[in-house]
Amino acid sequence: MISPETKSGGPEVKVQHHLNDDVIRSERLPNIWCPGCGIGIVVGAYVKAIQKSTIPQDRHISISGIGCTGRVSGYLNLDSYHTTHGRAIAFATGMAVVRPELEVTVIAGDGDLGVIGGNHLIHAARRNVDLNVIMVNNFNYGMTGGQHGGTTPLGAKTHTSPYGNVETPFNIPYLVAAAGASFVARWTAIHVRQITAAISRMMEVKGFAFMEVLSPCPPTFGEFNGFPDALDMMEYFRDKSVVDHNADLSKIDVTARPEDEVVVGNFVDRRRPSYQELLSDLRRRVAAQGAGKK
Amino acid sequence: MSRASGGGLAPGSYFTMGNFACVEAAILAGCRFYAGYPITPSSEIFERASVRFPQVGGNAIEMEDEVGSMAALVGASFAGAKVMTATSGPGFSLMMENIGLAYIMEAPCVIVNVQRAGPSTGIPTLVGQGDMMQAKWGSHGDLEVIAYSPSSVQEFFDFTIQAFNTAEKFRTPVFVMADQVVGMMWERLHVPPAEEIEVAQRLVMEPTSVVDREHPVFDYAKDFLPMPIAGTGNRVNVDSLTHDFRGYPTTDHDMSVSMTRHLTGKVKDHAKEIWRWEERYLDDAEVAVVSYGSAARSALAAVKSARTRGIKAGLLRLQTPWPFPDEVVEKVSSRVSGLVVAEINYGQMVHPVRESARCPVVGANWAPGTLIEPKSIVEAMQAVVAS
Repeated sequence: MISPETKSGGPEVKVQHHLNDDVIRSERLPNIWCPGCGIGIVVGAYVKAIQKSTIPQDRHISISGIGCTGRVSGYLNLDSYHTTHGRAIAFATGMAVVRPELEVTVIAGDGDLGVIGGNHLIHAARRNVDLNVIMVNNFNYGMTGGQHGGTTPLGAKTHTSPYGNVETPFNIPYLVAAAGASFVARWTAIHVRQITAAISRMMEVKGFAFMEVLSPCPPTFGEFNGFPDALDMMEYFRDKSVVDHNADLSKIDVTARPEDEVVVGNFVDRRRPSYQELLSDLRRRVAAQGAGKK
Repeated sequence: MSRASGGGLAPGSYFTMGNFACVEAAILAGCRFYAGYPITPSSEIFERASVRFPQVGGNAIEMEDEVGSMAALVGASFAGAKVMTATSGPGFSLMMENIGLAYIMEAPCVIVNVQRAGPSTGIPTLVGQGDMMQAKWGSHGDLEVIAYSPSSVQEFFDFTIQAFNTAEKFRTPVFVMADQVVGMMWERLHVPPAEEIEVAQRLVMEPTSVVDREHPVFDYAKDFLPMPIAGTGNRVNVDSLTHDFRGYPTTDHDMSVSMTRHLTGKVKDHAKEIWRWEERYLDDAEVAVVSYGSAARSALAAVKSARTRGIKAGLLRLQTPWPFPDEVVEKVSSRVSGLVVAEINYGQMVHPVRESARCPVVGANWAPGTLIEPKSIVEAMQAVVAS
């Protein structure tokens, strides 16, 4: 239930119930995100995917690390876990191995998953752990005030790359696909329906399902890189996104330069045995051996 | 408390290795999830767990590093499993981050440290006791930790079971601070019948109202809180940030104090229930050795040797270094003229001993890499008696 205070000069507004109240902890609103941030769009898509899901809501688990996107889990009316920086996937692996029937989704940022947690990301993809991982990429460390990271485009300015970033960023869908994930996608914050549909598909996929969502970050990234207003990067995504599900992943780097295209799509959707399936098979084989001995 | 469940090692006497005994104890205690990364001299624990856990319907998984192992333990603990890992110094350092996570999230888990010589990579194959202070102070922030220190294969077995029971009751990470000698030593192990092994069951949260969102999830006035298990309908937020009675992040001072005091208080206020120690030859002792782990074996030999030389020596063996049994040390110290703290490091547990003792305290330290020789402990006792 939300009862926002009457705004001066306007009519009294009382929102008694919102369609998402069952999945959102509305008593925690307003959220901490800045105007123009794309994270809320991703949360909305995840909420819709949960509402559409045939899996009971109590079996949906949300796990985050630390950072702006790390705060997502705390706003969801699920069993939710706000863990340590970079470790959400490792935490989720432990949970999803013990309880394979849970639908575990990790939502975290690019620095969290792709940099400090990069090792956990590639090894979870290699093992093909049955998890959903949604990585919101805002090209910088936003919560700490805007520093460059492993996804910051070459030449981009941040508080720790004031003369232009000299590090080549990761192309994360390419990385995760090469590591072995069952499902790999990239969309942007303007692709609301595509994100929602991708999350629904990720919930069906047996194995590691990964989606990168490119997001505006007006105050700490856009401001210094040609996208100062809330809509600037959204317009860039609208104008320059190219949907190519069969893209050569080695060629889909994101430059965030106004003239360059952004390749999006559901790039990988393949059946490989998941880690949990292989572990289950292992236990069955061991049990059969034990029975044979008797 | 219930009794050990099926699938565990049959009762009887065995000649086995400390690291193997640890795994069998974990299984009898109900542990069904192990996450680890190989490291000498603890690797036999992971290897044995890899053979045994699938046999009892559990999982022993390898993570990409000890950071991941420890994070996986916390996740698996919230999935409802009893969980453990084993490591040694370098891995213990990497685990510190998520040991703090387990602590603030109140996730029961058992961390076995088969200590080796440090610092850094040190001497992987040789003994050390240099991680005793790290266990207490290694993770940032104020933690009250619980640690057991076995001196034999039998104790490695017994204390591993006890560590699980304590972890479950207190909902906190518990350390078994073994060392290379105890881990790799082969000795007689007596496994009691399952019905004689007490096994603690976790206090689990019943599905609460999802309608009343102001319903307090965590009652910090209580020491031992029921644990919300993932997927059982509680819809609880579990947070690494300092959080309020709903599990939501807070910077409010009173609420922060309430949470942090709850975490420290549940251990501090029940420390006497946790303390375990052994006294040998202390009744008439004029000087006592305080020791733990494999060093305590040397200390016992030294005490016996000193007695043959006319020194009335005794031994106080700390089986739970943390929470530190200060009153036990104080009591012993008031009866002797001096204490000698024997340990395989350059002086760690000597500090809380000195803080608690009412008599002079000296260290008998020998590191790195070999057991402390009884002779050097005898010499330290002679110096104490002479002064």
